[in-house]
Amino acid sequence: MAAAAEALAIPLAALAAALALFGVFMAVLGHSPLEVYALIWRGGFASGFAWQNTLTRAAPLILTALCVALPAQAGLMVIASEGALVLGGLAAAVVGHSLGGSAPLAVKLAMACGAMLAGGLWVAIAGALRQYRGVNETISSLLLTYIALALFNHMVEGPLRDPASLNKPSTYPIGAEAMLGNFPGLDVHWGLGFGIAFCIAMYVLVRHTTWGFALRIVGGNPRAAQLAGLPASQLVVAACFLGGAASGLAGMVEVGAVHGTANASLIAGYGYTGILVAFIARQNPIAIIPVAIFLGGIAVSGGMLQRRLDLPDATVLVLQGMAFLFVLASETLYGRFRFRLRPPDKGGSEQRERGVGFLFFMKDRT
Amino acid sequence: MTEIGWWGVPVAVLGGALRVSTPFLFVSLGEAITERSGRINLGLEGILVMGAMSGYAVSYLSGNPWLGVLAAGFAGLLLGLLHGLICNLPRVNDIAVGIGLMLFGTGLAFFLGKPFVQPKAPTLPSIPFGGWSELPQLQSALQVNPLFLIGIALALVLAWAFRSTRWGLVVRMVGDSSDAARAMGYNVNLVRTLATAAGGFLAGIGGSFLSLYYPGSWSEGLSSGQGLMAVALVIFARWNPISCFFAALLFGGAGALGPALQAVGITSGYYLFNAAPYVLTLGIMIATCSTRRSLAGAPGELSITR
Repeated sequence: MAAAAEALAIPLAALAAALALFGVFMAVLGHSPLEVYALIWRGGFASGFAWQNTLTRAAPLILTALCVALPAQAGLMVIASEGALVLGGLAAAVVGHSLGGSAPLAVKLAMACGAMLAGGLWVAIAGALRQYRGVNETISSLLLTYIALALFNHMVEGPLRDPASLNKPSTYPIGAEAMLGNFPGLDVHWGLGFGIAFCIAMYVLVRHTTWGFALRIVGGNPRAAQLAGLPASQLVVAACFLGGAASGLAGMVEVGAVHGTANASLIAGYGYTGILVAFIARQNPIAIIPVAIFLGGIAVSGGMLQRRLDLPDATVLVLQGMAFLFVLASETLYGRFRFRLRPPDKGGSEQRERGVGFLFFMKDRT
Repeated sequence: MTEIGWWGVPVAVLGGALRVSTPFLFVSLGEAITERSGRINLGLEGILVMGAMSGYAVSYLSGNPWLGVLAAGFAGLLLGLLHGLICNLPRVNDIAVGIGLMLFGTGLAFFLGKPFVQPKAPTLPSIPFGGWSELPQLQSALQVNPLFLIGIALALVLAWAFRSTRWGLVVRMVGDSSDAARAMGYNVNLVRTLATAAGGFLAGIGGSFLSLYYPGSWSEGLSSGQGLMAVALVIFARWNPISCFFAALLFGGAGALGPALQAVGITSGYYLFNAAPYVLTLGIMIATCSTRRSLAGAPGELSITR
């Protein structure tokens, strides 16, 4: 119970601190912080219209955050979401176009499967390289992202380009029937539903199945996992695949519900914001949903800040960066306010080295 | 203009290696200092962009590009200090803070650098080493920036300092065994914070090279992962400053492949050739890492090699 209260209070306090510092930053630059906060509120959360924009923006963030959170259960820090998203979007556009004219539902399902397969396999590379070659997964996943972006640009502007797309190179459109619709009565597309369903499924998988328990043992204490004879490598690669599949699905949602084709608009930084979402949510698949909605709202309000106060579009990036650093620094606060279940340790990276302590460690995380 | 046809590719790759390698060299030397002290700073990408922006801005406002270089180093120093201070808190993960710093640094640079996208700032001069040749291509390939020479000198000095100075030994000891350093009475966190700040300083200077020499202007697409590749490059170079220099040349050559091929008329695979440095980095990491042994020469406290 104490752990749950902590897991809620500390990230909230970190976010509040980041917002406060952002206000100081704005004040130094001569903008009234209160006006900035009011604009963020109005742009992201104050009206039904704002909420619809916010929820639409949150959909890909939920899915790209899962790409960080699932491998994190196994102790990996994988940040390949942006690459998996664009490759998933590309796969969805290709599948959607080549199946044009088939039953819409079948086309949509095939698009989703193609996107999840493309994204999943891409991120699984990072997991496999770590398990079988000892390559650091954070660096390899970022490199894979750059390679994925290059592949995407090459395909969209080369072999897969629709000659009719003159100013903005794009693939062939998937056609109106294959587009994902909106929730009835709302201007929010079904991608949000996909994201929430994926989160719930992953929560159940990670917290309430033997497979998920094994995965978390691998993440909490690799040595204990080895002693218990768990197939660590398969578990890690599978977690990476699932994460990549989520991110690939985000690409499919962007293609299938927003753009109708794969082009440079897919490269919008959703993957990077997704990393932040996952860290604020402390890698908990359910907590990802509200955090993604919150950050989606801030992202949506960026446009309003730009128009009303003539601020650069990177304003939101500054706020996100501050929030990220505060949330990471707040990791140090856990366990300081109540009695400790686990023995105190010296530094973050030493957590893995503990023996029996991992049981307490896992208890704390849940 | 003398026509040299396909020979233009190796010449351009050579010129590119000399030109493009400088930011790799500075960032990797900085990261070598940081990693030798037992921490990893993945945020050098953000520091690089921040350095590029502040260097360009100060050069534009003051009219002196060397002041810009200094300002870039100072901006990098501050961000490195931030990374070091956050990582001093117990139970904070240095890799995660690096990712955060990468996003924060690039965001801040884009925000503050908005007014400087249009104006033209004075850039750094270059020293022509190709006067003996008749070929204009070779002459332009051998235009060398003073920062490149400073980088070579710095690599030599660092290699000597790590081996034979008190400071170098303290940094290495902190990186190899924090317990030993504590027993000797050194403040581990202080040494690591200073090492990260020094690494940030060098990465900031590497960034100023991007905006003040090559490509020589500030824009949001200026850096494409050079800071990140430098982190991988340090591992490849086994934390040895001299090897960092050769690795930087190799990466610079790979980075110049795309533009060089484009110059002789091959444009179809432009994006793929531009991805050559990433593929090279990944290939090298796959070839040199292993799950069974830790890397030779790796600092014992480094979280990525454990």
